[in-house]
Amino acid sequence: MSVATGPTPPSLGNIVSQRELTPPASGPCKIEARGMNFYYGDKRALQDISIQILPNVVTAFIGPSGCGKSTFLRTLNRMNDIIPGTRVDGTVLIDDKNIYGPGTRVDELRRTVGMVFQKSNPFPKSIFENVAYGLRINGMAGTRTELTERVEQSLQQAALWDEVKDRLQDSALALSGGQQQRLCIARALAVKPDILLMDEPASALDPIATQRIEELVYNLKKQYTVVIVTHNMQQAARVSDYTAFFWLGRLVEYDRTDKIFTAPSEKLTEDYVTGRFG
Amino acid sequence: MEQGIRHFQEELETLKGRLLEMGGLAEERVRASVEGLVARDVDLLGTVLTGDEPINRLHIEVDNRAFRLLALHQPMATDLRAIVAAVKINSDLERVGDLAVNIAEAAARYLGHAPVKQLIDIPRMGSIAQGMLRDSLDAYVKRDMDLARAVLNCDDELDALKTQVFRELLTYMLQDVNTIEPALDLILVSRHLERIGDHATNVAEDVIFMVSAQDVRHHPPAAP
Repeated sequence: MSVATGPTPPSLGNIVSQRELTPPASGPCKIEARGMNFYYGDKRALQDISIQILPNVVTAFIGPSGCGKSTFLRTLNRMNDIIPGTRVDGTVLIDDKNIYGPGTRVDELRRTVGMVFQKSNPFPKSIFENVAYGLRINGMAGTRTELTERVEQSLQQAALWDEVKDRLQDSALALSGGQQQRLCIARALAVKPDILLMDEPASALDPIATQRIEELVYNLKKQYTVVIVTHNMQQAARVSDYTAFFWLGRLVEYDRTDKIFTAPSEKLTEDYVTGRFG
Repeated sequence: MEQGIRHFQEELETLKGRLLEMGGLAEERVRASVEGLVARDVDLLGTVLTGDEPINRLHIEVDNRAFRLLALHQPMATDLRAIVAAVKINSDLERVGDLAVNIAEAAARYLGHAPVKQLIDIPRMGSIAQGMLRDSLDAYVKRDMDLARAVLNCDDELDALKTQVFRELLTYMLQDVNTIEPALDLILVSRHLERIGDHATNVAEDVIFMVSAQDVRHHPPAAP
């Protein structure tokens, strides 16, 4: 990470108060990490992360490239397991159950913790089949009518139904970038997850398509717990209720989004959100 | 980002510079209006009555610069607070300029009558109001919270003097009906000076908000 002009960011040792364990609001938490470390081989990419994420809110992870925000997001549904040489220690609880504990079924975890990636990745199938696919492989397809209803519901939740209802059998690859991304969201929602992880979901989209995704995120939190990684601080400010700022693999500050962007507690956060480094 | 932030900081510094220029003009006009009254200098009052244009121009310029910075740079945290504070201080300073005109108008009317009394408390009020204005702007430049808090504490003195002026002039008016008209103008002057103190207090509160993100409005001021 390069450090730009302006005041030198303080070393992590100088951070007075780590807010990681403090839930920014009362109530039961949906996701909790306790003293979590993550390694790519010998390199420790996340250090001692502790955080409590509340249900039915949007939590944004921000920080400069390489700060560990995407890595941490991917630990929440064990997506890093597929990268050779990675290792986790510490605890990640979802609904009070350690997802790294013995007996965790990773396929079931990834159904309940859905994920949407930076680049939309629809299957080379029809729009209908893209959404139905997860239902079929999870044995959730039911009758033909039930399947059709669930596909429609998911497309409606992803705010795509009106644009595709007359061409469900067309190839998903014929959709625009923004529509493809919403299709991927519909595909994740079809299998009825509790949590939706979004890794830079709008970074490849134009402003109008971005706005639609942001509106969607806002609406989704009524039913889901949403965690979003974004490089775009204005986007984090617009869509999230809580924001966590990561730096050099550490969680520096975690608080209400309005607090983070108007009066952060840590100098390092202040310097980052005002563009003085990063 | 480095270049963007430098550009932003330069624009922000220009914005602050314009605001200080405006503060200097407002302070000078308050001084001239009170001085014109005390020294019975009609020409000096005339410069206040006709010279509002530079402040009005700066008022619009500062607002435009602030809006442009908000729209183009979407500032956060301390930068956001600095711009929001600038917009609010801008309004306060423009009002101070208007109040200086109001003082000059009342003073010009007052000079058309025989003096009611020797002016003691009104020059004191003028000096306190100017000092509050100057200190609040110094606090803005230096980001000095202690100085800003000291400004908040001066406001009570100004309020007390205004009440004292009113009571004293009331006795003159009760004794001699011919003093009613000029005495009312002096009461108006004291009222305008007290309002200038209120605007300086607003500026000081905005400085505290800008520096520390604390909102101290509508609360008793903390000890300096």
